[in-house]
Amino acid sequence: MSAIAFPLPDPGILARRAEIIAGLSVLLPADCLVTSEDERRAFETDALTAYRRVPLAVALPRTTAETAAVLRFCREAGVNVVPRGAGTSLSGGAIPQEDAIVIGMSKMNRILDVNYANRIVRVQAGVTNLAISEAVSPDGFFYAPDPSSQLACTIGGNIGMNSGGAHCLKYGVTTNNVLGVTLVTIDGEIIEIGGEGMDAAGLDFLGLIVGSEGQLGIVTEAVVRILRSAEGARPVLFGFDSSEEAGACVAAIIGAGVVPVAMEFMDKPAIHICEAFAKAGYPLDVEAMLIIEVEGSEIEMEAELQRIVEIAQQHGVRVVKESRSALETALIWKGRKSAFGATGRVADYICMDGTVPTSQLPYVLKRTGEIVASYGLRVANVFHAGDGNMHPLILYNVNDPAEQEKAEAAGMDILRLCVEAGGCLTGEHGVGIEKRDLMREQFTQADLEQQMRVRAAFDPRWLLNPAKVFPLDGRVTA
Amino acid sequence: MIRAARADGRTIEIKGGGTRCGFGRPMQAGVTLSTHGLSGITAYKPSELVMSALAGTPMSEIDAALAANNQILPFEPMDHRALYATTGAPTIGAVAACNVSGPRRVKAGAARDSLIGVRLVNGRGEAVKSGGRVMKNVTGLDLVKLNCGAHGGLGLLTEVTFKLVPKPQRTGTLVLEGLDDARAIAAMSAAVGSPFEVSGAAHLPGERARTLLRVEHFAISVEYRLGELSKLLAGYGEARLTDEQEALTLWRKVRDAAPVADSAHPAIWRASLPPTNAAAFVAEINAAGLLRNHFYDWGGGLVWLATEAHALDTGAVHRAAARAKGHATLMRAADEARARADVFQPQTRTLMDLTKRVKASFDPDRILNPGRMYAGV
Repeated sequence: MSAIAFPLPDPGILARRAEIIAGLSVLLPADCLVTSEDERRAFETDALTAYRRVPLAVALPRTTAETAAVLRFCREAGVNVVPRGAGTSLSGGAIPQEDAIVIGMSKMNRILDVNYANRIVRVQAGVTNLAISEAVSPDGFFYAPDPSSQLACTIGGNIGMNSGGAHCLKYGVTTNNVLGVTLVTIDGEIIEIGGEGMDAAGLDFLGLIVGSEGQLGIVTEAVVRILRSAEGARPVLFGFDSSEEAGACVAAIIGAGVVPVAMEFMDKPAIHICEAFAKAGYPLDVEAMLIIEVEGSEIEMEAELQRIVEIAQQHGVRVVKESRSALETALIWKGRKSAFGATGRVADYICMDGTVPTSQLPYVLKRTGEIVASYGLRVANVFHAGDGNMHPLILYNVNDPAEQEKAEAAGMDILRLCVEAGGCLTGEHGVGIEKRDLMREQFTQADLEQQMRVRAAFDPRWLLNPAKVFPLDGRVTA
Repeated sequence: MIRAARADGRTIEIKGGGTRCGFGRPMQAGVTLSTHGLSGITAYKPSELVMSALAGTPMSEIDAALAANNQILPFEPMDHRALYATTGAPTIGAVAACNVSGPRRVKAGAARDSLIGVRLVNGRGEAVKSGGRVMKNVTGLDLVKLNCGAHGGLGLLTEVTFKLVPKPQRTGTLVLEGLDDARAIAAMSAAVGSPFEVSGAAHLPGERARTLLRVEHFAISVEYRLGELSKLLAGYGEARLTDEQEALTLWRKVRDAAPVADSAHPAIWRASLPPTNAAAFVAEINAAGLLRNHFYDWGGGLVWLATEAHALDTGAVHRAAARAKGHATLMRAADEARARADVFQPQTRTLMDLTKRVKASFDPDRILNPGRMYAGV
């Protein structure tokens, strides 16, 4: 059934499994090494659950030095390595292969230092995204990128994928909020890149590593920037009779010089699915809804909202509903952030992640509906409207191989549409295995070869997360 | 042209407007390649907050086009003409190639945070693109950031795409007077760490020391936030609201390093470090008898220093910056001094090996701006 190819496992490596595990057990205590079939199975996939491969073994180092020792061993043994945070990747970034060692960061989950004067936190890579904000929220600070999976996903995984979230319209994505990393290379070398200052020295390796999907090394520690929370925040629901009106409203708000902290879009199917789950008070009789959040003191929020409501009224808004309490605010965001999970209760789905210029949103939304309908399937749209990052959820039945094939084909058509519209294949989920074979839609051979030569400067033998990001054929090794 | 130069074994110095020509190590290149002919805004839709321009487009043209739509580049790029006593027109390509930012960096990030797409020609003569013109894009390796601040050593940028922000409706600046460096940095940390979104925090030491704190937003917000900030900082003395025109001039001076740019100073440095280490870093340089003048930007996270000439040969500034968990760049000195001394912070061997391998991946024969950042790279 698999449309996405995996490389054939190297029989030489499989044959040496016992020897490789014996080598690892010299470097790690028994409780840091997962070898039994049952336990390894827990690592066979991530959030792209249609694809699974049981790894050779799983190493769970406790320190940067142990990570370095394991990587050095893997390089010497010629064994592939698949880094793993919490395994919440929607693009298959953490899916193993049979001849690979998974290196999981779950035992490196400590917050090492908090410094409010310099507004930084130093963490180990296995700390969850939400744990950083929770550690500093009593003092009024937060870590800005907020992917929907923030309860589970790790900062190491966020760095691998350059994760975003609903509030990055104002605060930027992971790459704008990380100041330094400790990177362990495939040679087992430990490199400090960036640090506690605002600018890193030399070439911007930090910018290169964030979003490199575990292909350049394993990040074991990071210094992230924290921000002071606004005095208050209030989401407001705006209901429209058409997606086009909602899309035009988004463009008009930005054009008027207003950049709210978040502007989230849901179409009717998404509203109904999320409302049934979260009971957030979403309007059910509209075709499209925007969740727009403003921040600041009471008078500032009032002033900004007034401008936004005026613009929305010029674009035919039918329902305006402000959050009136912290509980309502929490429910509104619970509904939005659980969109994927709530959708999973009604159907299986695949989630696309293309980004398009915001002026193209109405056209791309319309074409998305047409494409999915042409395959006889349904779609729910829920996405970050302010920055054009779309998330069409294509609903299908995973037990029907024909339907899965159709859903994947529709998804690929939508991503091609995003590229044609001047956008890209993935805004925040990463390429992983899922979009690997579409890279040539967006990039020329020269573009890809330049990326691959940079990759090879870090990992000339392609041992790190090797089946991801770049098409399996035509690879450049130096 | 790059292919021809490569075939002939000639090296290339990339030149934009020539206003930043004292930045980096001096080079003797076979050919100078100017981006003068690559000029013009290629795509700009105000409602998308995104603008693309060819690399040689003068900043004045960019600023005017954005101003007509009440928008700005978020990161307030420095104009280097005062520092280097150069004339001519700074270009958008050099802003990207040198990661040129300004005081708003504390709130809005550096040039590298707003640069979302590049087209370049690498040292093999191949046209390569990375990123695009959408605000969120994680497709493939981020060669955009890698080239931002690479000083043209990986590729000749031909077209760059930046995110924009609306021009703030109003700007207000508070001034605290008479603080010493450490107290000023504490005040700035309190201000930048407040909910009032300070968009500039600089300290100009001296007999009449002034600490500047800027807020930019809607008129109603600016008024409210300045009031709240004054209350928050009451322990540091009375905060005076400056006249908007005077504030504009002050921030331009901070942006362009004017307080240390006096042409008589033999060496000017720019150090990036954690704010709480900045005052001790300056004190160390001063105790060594090297300090002539200095000031702080980015809430203390950026220090501009003018030093004596003998700081050039000792590595003292780089060592002090490293001890302060930061790094320093020699921004201005005579050509022979910049050829002799390290201009950028010396790197560990591992990082230098990586730098060389990445350089080779773009420019195997080292023909593009060779040695601009590091000797032999």
